[in-house]
Amino acid sequence: MTITLNVNGKNVQVDVQPNETLLDVLRNKLYITGPKEGCGNGECGACTILYNGKVVNSCLVLALEADGAEILTIEGLTKDGRLHPIQEAFIEENAFQCGFCTPGFVISTKALLDRNPNPSNEDIIEALAGNLCRCTGYQTILKAVKRAAEKLGVEK
Amino acid sequence: MREKYVGKPIPRVDAYEKVTGTAVYVTDMFFPRMLYGAVLRSPHPHAKIKKIDVSKAKALEGVAAVVTSKECPYRQGIYLVDRPIFATDRVRYVGEPVAAVAAESMEIAMKALELIEVEYEPLPAVFDPLEAMKGEVLIHPDLASYERLPIYNIEPEKNVFHHHKTRKGDVEKGFKEADYIIEGEYSLPQIYHAPLEPHGAIAFYDFNGNLTVWSSAQSPYTLRNLIAHAFKMSRHKVRVIAPYVGGGFGGKAGINMEGIVIALAMQVPGRHVKLIYSREEDIMATVVRQGMYAKVKAGVKKDGTLVAWEETMVFDGGAYAEYGTNVVRAAGYTTPGPYYVPNIKVDSYGVYTNHLVGGAFRGFGHGELHWAVERHMDKIAKTLGMDPLELRLKNVLRPGHTNAMGQKMHEHTGNVEACLKKAADLIGYGEKPEQPKDRVKRRGRGIAALVKAPAMPTNAASSVVIKFNEDASVTLQVSIQEIGQGFNTAITQMAADALHISPDKIKVVFPIDTDANPYEWQTVASRALWTVGNALYRAAEDALSQIKNIASQVLGVAPYNLEVEDDRVYIKYDPEVYIPLKDIVMGYTYPDGHAIGGPVIGRGSFVPERLTNLDPETGQGNAAAEWTFGAEAAEVEVDMETGEVKILKLVGVFDAGRVVNPMIAAGQIIGGMVQGMGPALFEQITYTDDGKPISISFTDYKIPTIADMPDEMIADFVETPEATSPFGVRGIAEHPMISVPPAIASAIYDAVGVDINDLPVTPEKILKALKEKHS
Ligand code: FES
Ligand code: FES
Repeated sequence: MTITLNVNGKNVQVDVQPNETLLDVLRNKLYITGPKEGCGNGECGACTILYNGKVVNSCLVLALEADGAEILTIEGLTKDGRLHPIQEAFIEENAFQCGFCTPGFVISTKALLDRNPNPSNEDIIEALAGNLCRCTGYQTILKAVKRAAEKLGVEK
Repeated sequence: MREKYVGKPIPRVDAYEKVTGTAVYVTDMFFPRMLYGAVLRSPHPHAKIKKIDVSKAKALEGVAAVVTSKECPYRQGIYLVDRPIFATDRVRYVGEPVAAVAAESMEIAMKALELIEVEYEPLPAVFDPLEAMKGEVLIHPDLASYERLPIYNIEPEKNVFHHHKTRKGDVEKGFKEADYIIEGEYSLPQIYHAPLEPHGAIAFYDFNGNLTVWSSAQSPYTLRNLIAHAFKMSRHKVRVIAPYVGGGFGGKAGINMEGIVIALAMQVPGRHVKLIYSREEDIMATVVRQGMYAKVKAGVKKDGTLVAWEETMVFDGGAYAEYGTNVVRAAGYTTPGPYYVPNIKVDSYGVYTNHLVGGAFRGFGHGELHWAVERHMDKIAKTLGMDPLELRLKNVLRPGHTNAMGQKMHEHTGNVEACLKKAADLIGYGEKPEQPKDRVKRRGRGIAALVKAPAMPTNAASSVVIKFNEDASVTLQVSIQEIGQGFNTAITQMAADALHISPDKIKVVFPIDTDANPYEWQTVASRALWTVGNALYRAAEDALSQIKNIASQVLGVAPYNLEVEDDRVYIKYDPEVYIPLKDIVMGYTYPDGHAIGGPVIGRGSFVPERLTNLDPETGQGNAAAEWTFGAEAAEVEVDMETGEVKILKLVGVFDAGRVVNPMIAAGQIIGGMVQGMGPALFEQITYTDDGKPISISFTDYKIPTIADMPDEMIADFVETPEATSPFGVRGIAEHPMISVPPAIASAIYDAVGVDINDLPVTPEKILKALKEKHS
């Protein structure tokens, strides 16, 4: 079956199998490798993408169902080679170590700040509770989200 | 060392790649005509393999290769060669590889696995290491015949793969001098590393018999060595390329699952085979941390002075020894941790069971040993009616003391007393925490100390090559892996100071490629900045002396009258006279065209100085190169109705010698402390009664999430420069995980007056203890 996706602003057509996940199609067929597979089971958030503006675990979405969907992955965040303020904030706060969880955290942060530009600690914790990180201990991630909110606030 | 960049919180050199999702991990690599691998695993914890029939799988369209122990009859192991790549005559744990398939797609590979027929005859299994030591079930009947490093002491009839002995002073005499003899038992279960990136590797075997392996590997060179050893190949025929590692924590050290994909690739020369483990496979079939049971007997004077320490540690090593041999040894030679005791007798046993395979995990035996030691220190304090911190301060290792292996402590060895005092200050030790209005919830504070040296062979070597480019920029070649710890950034800062040039003129060569980068033993043991720092210092001296030698000929002054700074080499006593560095580093060309010198390449090698093996009967000797001390403290709130524990605050203070990058170092401490919270409160590999692992997903094996984060976490340092490092550095990366569990347990006692001695400290255990206390 052929489906059409809009990935990071570009339309693509791709052949998919009935049991293939959106994550598999992105990674193995479109070579969009920013979203990672940490569990394949909706438990870790490494595969987080924006799907029609909503935050989802792409390992839980069947590719067939995604026909026509608009998708944003970490690759779509940089514009003209420039980092997104969320990405800058992650660097400034040292909010990653091995980096495997980072694409998921950055996208979850984007989803949060899109709907709530001024989140409290509790809001951040709630929004990121589905993203696992084994390296950082989360402290710097929390700070990075706050810093990103400030940056985006100033930009507006 | 003149410091300009060391000590500064400069941003990570891998930052852009990692926040843009462009950092490449093995799983992100694709090759033309690549095949996909999948593995058939044992459903039994212990069974004989009667028959394997792969004919149907082989016949399936799209299957390129099927491999079993018939095609790949090799064993692997870092210190003891006991682990077959594919189970041969028997399986020893649930999840052990029995056969593997390479196919045109993952789907076909999975289908092929279903077509493989294996006939098993179940054998009696043993899961408790104390039970296993009785030897009624032998897991490795041929243990005595396995190849091993002679420093490891096997006891084949007891399933023991290493028995480590420490005998210092006279423990019986010590007990006679003691006013109190205090005994205790402590335990902890197997736990899982849970790196967010599961293990993965790609192998390619060409028609010249050259093998290339891309692996998520902490130890590219040791991996190469162990592959070549297992497959009986010459080292130069094996090439390991290691891109970014998505978290290792010890689990990706040495050799792991690479042998499987190599065996497949050897069947299909000219084609890449990729094998990425699922989360379930990663938990079941890589390595976990050993479980441990400890029995302690301490002799103490009335004033709290420790005079004797006797301890038996029994490690649940699982089905194969892996790094367990050295885990058991390190725990054996470090106990009783950061305290001075004149008379010590320790027996540390690594025991085979039919559990998942135990391996290296951040802290390597020290999380285990400190759980017992620090819990027991609290028990001693309670018995004596002494404050636990006071008891610790009374007994810490100080200059002039000897540790368990008889090494003398010096001023420059590090300062555990300062760490304890700082941690106590930061947690508010001694003041009563403000109690919540809700009488059901009580708060308390606790503190624990720790010490760890790199657990490594006496000759664990490092090397560095510094290549100057035409414009006087530098490429730095080293084979320590960037596993998230920030090595590439820190070594850039150190190289900038060693070479007197700016860090943005330096690139660390990455990914690591054993065909190009120089030798490095492994990225383990918190030793990288220390060991590579030494090699780097020598390489920089070598490069600088080449530069000065060329410049001395041109300028007509002695090399020692020259100095290198940023982009020039100048005369010290007349700094305006200089030559641009770029005119020197490829050799100097005079105006008439004749040239001298040549490209500047600095070379530095290092092996630890003056280390020795330990005496097999007494464990005395010089096996540790440098020691890092630390102290950790916790404030908790316990709900006496539910038994639930909330960690309110964690503090970690470490004597780092010299902090190279305070931002990255603090990240290691905060991350390590949170990684210690999991095993303290809930992490544990669980099994069914018949030995099948249950906790094989993130639903059943929970790790801390952002919602578990304490309200406050503080990382701090003491800096007693390390004399064996030209930069004064020592390791801190593993240490933050080590004493979090005992600090939390101590805080729980402070809050509600119950002592839990078996990890994890679950609500059920707290409720049970509270009930016993009140009845
Ligand atoms: S890979 Fe999708 S949630 Fe883990
Ligand atoms: S940075 Fe390694 S898992 Fe988050």
